[in-house]
Amino acid sequence: MAGEEVILLSVYPSMFSMRVRIALAEKGVKYELKEEDLTNKSLLLLEMNPVHKKVPVLIHNGKPILESLIIVQYIDEVWHDKNPLEPSDPYERAQARFWADFIDKKVFDPARGIWATKGEEQEAAKKEFIEILKILEGELGEKPYFGGETFGLVDVALIPLYSWFYAFETCGNFKIESQCPKLVAWAKFCMQRESVSQSLSDPHSVYDTVLFLKKMFGIE
Amino acid sequence: MAEEVKLFRTWSSPYALRIVWALKLKGIEYETIFEDLTNKSPSLLQYNPTHGKVPVLVRDGKPVCESLVILEYVDEIWKHNPLLPQDPYEKSMARFWANFGDDKLMKSIWQLFIAHEKDQDVAAVAALENLKIVEEQLKGKKFFQGETIGYLDLAFGWIANLVSILEEIMSLKLVDGERFPHLSSWIQHFIDAPVIRDCWPPRDKMIIKFQVMRENYLAAATPK
Repeated sequence: MAGEEVILLSVYPSMFSMRVRIALAEKGVKYELKEEDLTNKSLLLLEMNPVHKKVPVLIHNGKPILESLIIVQYIDEVWHDKNPLEPSDPYERAQARFWADFIDKKVFDPARGIWATKGEEQEAAKKEFIEILKILEGELGEKPYFGGETFGLVDVALIPLYSWFYAFETCGNFKIESQCPKLVAWAKFCMQRESVSQSLSDPHSVYDTVLFLKKMFGIE
Repeated sequence: MAEEVKLFRTWSSPYALRIVWALKLKGIEYETIFEDLTNKSPSLLQYNPTHGKVPVLVRDGKPVCESLVILEYVDEIWKHNPLLPQDPYEKSMARFWANFGDDKLMKSIWQLFIAHEKDQDVAAVAALENLKIVEEQLKGKKFFQGETIGYLDLAFGWIANLVSILEEIMSLKLVDGERFPHLSSWIQHFIDAPVIRDCWPPRDKMIIKFQVMRENYLAAATPK
């Protein structure tokens, strides 16, 4: 579309930023990527997201859209003619939104616990994390994607987590694939999509970031 | 087309009230099933196996869970009297503010409600800051989306009732007309609206329920 200005304020290893990058890539949208330094937030970020001061922020023709899943839905609606991410049937759409919401509510606290804690607290986080992944495996079932035959909202919501698996496994000294083989198989299948492989951060870079964060927060 | 619509709710859940209001705004007939969350029915566990929570909307045997997801579903199935803005940008803002209401505002007010006296000042600062942000959103508007009640009013509807109940229990006024003129005005418009008016749960029952909840939280929290 001529005259469109699309800017994404992002942070490289952020799973939430990755979601938006995947969605933009699925739709073939040309955009400017601005990397933020969260220890020194840009004036643009503070102006566009004064309430939370967080990334990702999508700026479309000067107007900010906030919160990664909300941004993904916005992208899906505005660039609706290519690779739809939300199901067209209202009931299926509600199910997809439910599971995307589930991921947001349940995954990230235990995930953080795996790298940010140790001892008993870390063991509890690992246990909870695997439990949540198993519930998601149940929902996936035998489908290729959470969306069924097509890559959709729930896949976008969850797949960035895969780039953090190496960091989780190294910090937590466990193997996710041995406990959730179906989920890892799904992740590898998603990685065959260019939008995903191009948008996910390199697992070793993610691990370096985790080490940096641990140092910064004085963990271990 | 004869549709079977059921709503699983509790007598007190503010989340379920969102759906009661939405269905009323759309003029949809439905069956209400009141749940006792200490003794959940097999139906509830069948329809919401993941969370076991209310509200659950069941339409022709198919369940939808999570109140904000249900609101959007209701709006998409019954398209008259639309709740959400049509414009994608306006819609994204409405969703953003609904999330803010649940994730930040409600949480901070709740934190204040269950805080020990020594922690109240700090908790109050967060709650007031978040209320101020919402106050800003209402400037120049009768309801969040303009002249008529919409999705965001239903999402924030709990403020109009629950806050005054918590205030009474705490003996602490949070939303006063001087500091929050727009929010106070919105509350009045909202509770006066015909669709909203007759749906509130009994106030005295609510006071007892939340008083007991508060006492339990205060007793359970280990003072440092």
